[in-house]
Amino acid sequence: MDARIKSAHDGGAYGDVGDRNDRLSGDTPMTLLETRDLTIRFGGHVAVNSVSCTFRPGELTAIVGPNGAGKTTYFNLISGQLRPSDGSILFDGADITQLSAPLRTRAGLGRAFQLTNLFPNLSVEENVRLAVQSQSGVHYDMLRPWMTRRDLIARADAILDKVALGGRRNVAATQLSHGDQRKLEVALMMALEPKVFMFDEPTAGMSIDEVPVVLNLIAQLKQDLSKIILLVEHKMDVVRSLADRIIVLHNGQLVADGKPAEVIASPIVQEAYLGIAPGRSAA
Amino acid sequence: MMVLSGDPPRSRVLSIVLIVIIAALAVTPLVFPGAKAMNVATKICIFAALVASYDLLLGYTGSVSFAHTMFYGIGSYSVAIALYSMGPGWAAVATGIVIGLPLALLLALAIGLFSLRVEAIFFAMITLAVASAFLVLASQLSWLTGGEDGRSFQLPELLRPGTVLISKGVFGFELNGRVLTYYLIFAGSAAMILALLRVVNSPFGRVLQAIRENRFRAEALGFRTVFHLTYANCIAALVAASAGMLNALWLRYAGPDTSLSFAIMLDILLMVVIGGMGTIYGAIIGAAIFILAQNYLQALMSAASNAAADAGLPLLPGLLHPDRWLLWLGLLFIASVYFFPTGVVGRLRSIGRKPS
Ligand SMILES: Nc1ncnc2c1ncn2[C@@H]1O[C@H](COP(=O)(O)OP(=O)(O)OP(=O)(O)O)[C@@H](O)[C@H]1O
Ligand SMILES: [Mg+2]
Repeated sequence: MDARIKSAHDGGAYGDVGDRNDRLSGDTPMTLLETRDLTIRFGGHVAVNSVSCTFRPGELTAIVGPNGAGKTTYFNLISGQLRPSDGSILFDGADITQLSAPLRTRAGLGRAFQLTNLFPNLSVEENVRLAVQSQSGVHYDMLRPWMTRRDLIARADAILDKVALGGRRNVAATQLSHGDQRKLEVALMMALEPKVFMFDEPTAGMSIDEVPVVLNLIAQLKQDLSKIILLVEHKMDVVRSLADRIIVLHNGQLVADGKPAEVIASPIVQEAYLGIAPGRSAA
Repeated sequence: MMVLSGDPPRSRVLSIVLIVIIAALAVTPLVFPGAKAMNVATKICIFAALVASYDLLLGYTGSVSFAHTMFYGIGSYSVAIALYSMGPGWAAVATGIVIGLPLALLLALAIGLFSLRVEAIFFAMITLAVASAFLVLASQLSWLTGGEDGRSFQLPELLRPGTVLISKGVFGFELNGRVLTYYLIFAGSAAMILALLRVVNSPFGRVLQAIRENRFRAEALGFRTVFHLTYANCIAALVAASAGMLNALWLRYAGPDTSLSFAIMLDILLMVVIGGMGTIYGAIIGAAIFILAQNYLQALMSAASNAAADAGLPLLPGLLHPDRWLLWLGLLFIASVYFFPTGVVGRLRSIGRKPS
C-alpha cells in the first residue's frame, strides 16, 4: 500500500477539512478513496460483486454500465446508505466500512442522488442552507434564532447563484421544474464542500439548455486538484469530454478500467455496454 | 414574543387573536374571579404549554408519541407525592421537581435512543406500550400513588386560597394565594411556550423540520437524526412534566383521570390539529378553543335550546338540548379539521398572503 496513507487512528480522518491541502502536497497524489472486494447481495442477487478500485484526488472518474449494472448501488455503498455484505471501503486512510451515512458525509463524501431527493416543502434556499449548516458543524444549536446566522444564509445564496437558481430561492423545492430540482440536488452536494463528489446522472431528464450549467460546474470542480469526482453518466459525449478515466460496471462487476479512449474502444465495453444500449451511447 | 423567538406570528389577524387570548388570560383573576372561570383559564394556560410541547414532536419532527400524558403524569405525581408525603412546604415542591424532571428526562432519553433509530411507527408503538405500562403501574402501586383515588395534598402556605397578600381594599381586588398560584402557572406556561418557540426557530429546530420532510436526506447531509429526534423528545417530555407539575399545584391533587389517562392524549391531539401543527402558536389557539368549548358549549346550548323552545320552533329545542353537547362538540371538531386542514394558524396565515 501507499506508505503515505494515514493510519486509521491518527485522528482528523473525520470532520476536519482544513488540512486537506497540506496532506496532498506531494507530486503523485495518494489514494484517497478505495473499495476492496466490495460486494452486496440482495437475496440471491449480487448487485455489486467484489469491486476493487482506487480513486485519486484530481481525477474525474466516469462510471458507466447498462441499467441495473450496480452503479447507484456502488455509490450507496460508498456514501453509506447501504452496508456491504463483504469487502471494505477506505477513505482518507481510515476504514469507513462501518461508519454511518452522516459521519461519512462529515468525513467528506458528498452525494447527489439519481432520484431527486430534497426537502420538498422547504424553500430552495432553506434546502441549501441546511446543507451549509451541516457543513459548518451547526447541528444542535438551539439557543439562537437561525436567522441570526446570516453567514450561513449568504453562503447558501452564493451557491444558488452558481447553479443559476438564485431567482427561485423562495419557492418550495417541490415547485421547481425537474431540471431545477436536479440543479438543487447538485447544489446540496456543493454546499457540503466534500472531498469526494458523487454525481449520479446529474443531467438525466434535463432540457438541453439546462445541461451546460451542470457540466460547467463539474468542469469547474475539476480545476481543484484535491477533489475526487465520480460521475455516473450514460451520455458518452459528456463522459468523453469530462472524464480522466472510465470504469465499467456490468452485472455488478468491474469489467474495465482505464483511459477514456482505451476503455471505449475495448471489446468488452463494446459488448457489455455500448453493444447493449447503442441508442443511449450515441446521445 | 416575536422578538424573543425570531418567529413572528406572520399574520395580523393571528397576532390580534393571540394578543386577545393572552390578555384575557392575564386579566382573568381581576375580571372573572369566579372558580369556574379561573379553572378554565388555568387549564388553557397549562394545556397551551402541554400542546405546544407535543407540537414540537408531531408538528416539527413528524413523530407520533402516545407517551405525552405519561410525562404530564410524571410531573403531576412527583409533585403530588412529594407534597403528600413530606407535608406542605417548599422543600416538598422542590423535591417533586428534582425527582420528576430527571425521571421524565431519563425515560424520554431511553425511549428515544431505543426507538427513534428505526422507522417512525416503531416509536409510536413503543410510546404506546410504555405509556400503557405506566398507567397500569400508577394504579397498582397504590401505596405510593393512591391508586385510582390519586393523591390529594395541601399547598405551601403562600399558595393557599386563604392567604391574603393584598386585601381587597387596596387595589379593588384581592391578591390571595389562589391568584398567586394562577399567575405562577400563567408565567410558567408562557416561559415554556417562549422557550419552545426559541427552540423551533433555532438551527436545531430547522433540522427537525428537515427530518420531518425527508429524514433520509437529512442523514445524507450529515445530520445524525436520531440525536435530534431524541433531544426533541427530551425537551417535549420536560415541558410536559413541568406542565403536569403546574396542573397538580392548581388541582391540589394528582390522579389517573386528571393527569395520565389516554383521554387527555386525545384532547392534546385534537388541540394540536385544531390550532395548527408545526406552528407552536397554534397550541395557544387550539387549547383556548377546545377548552372553552368543552366548558361553555353546554351552557350556550341550554340557552339556545330554551330560546328555540320559547320561539316555538320545532325540532331545534331537542337538537340543542344540553345533553347533546358532546355530539355538537364532535361536529365542531370535524368541521374545524375539514375547513382548516392546516389548523387555525395555517388558515389565518394564508389569508393575508397573496396567492402565489
Ligand atoms: N435495495 C435494493 N433491494 C433489492 N435490489 C436492489 C436494491 N437496490 C438495487 N437493487 C438491484 O440491484 C441492481 C443494481 O441497481 P442499481 O440501481 O445500482 O443500477 P444502476 O447501475 O444504477 O442502474 P441505472 O442506470 O438504471 O441507474 C438492480 O438489479 C436493482 O434492482
Ligand atoms: Mg442508477
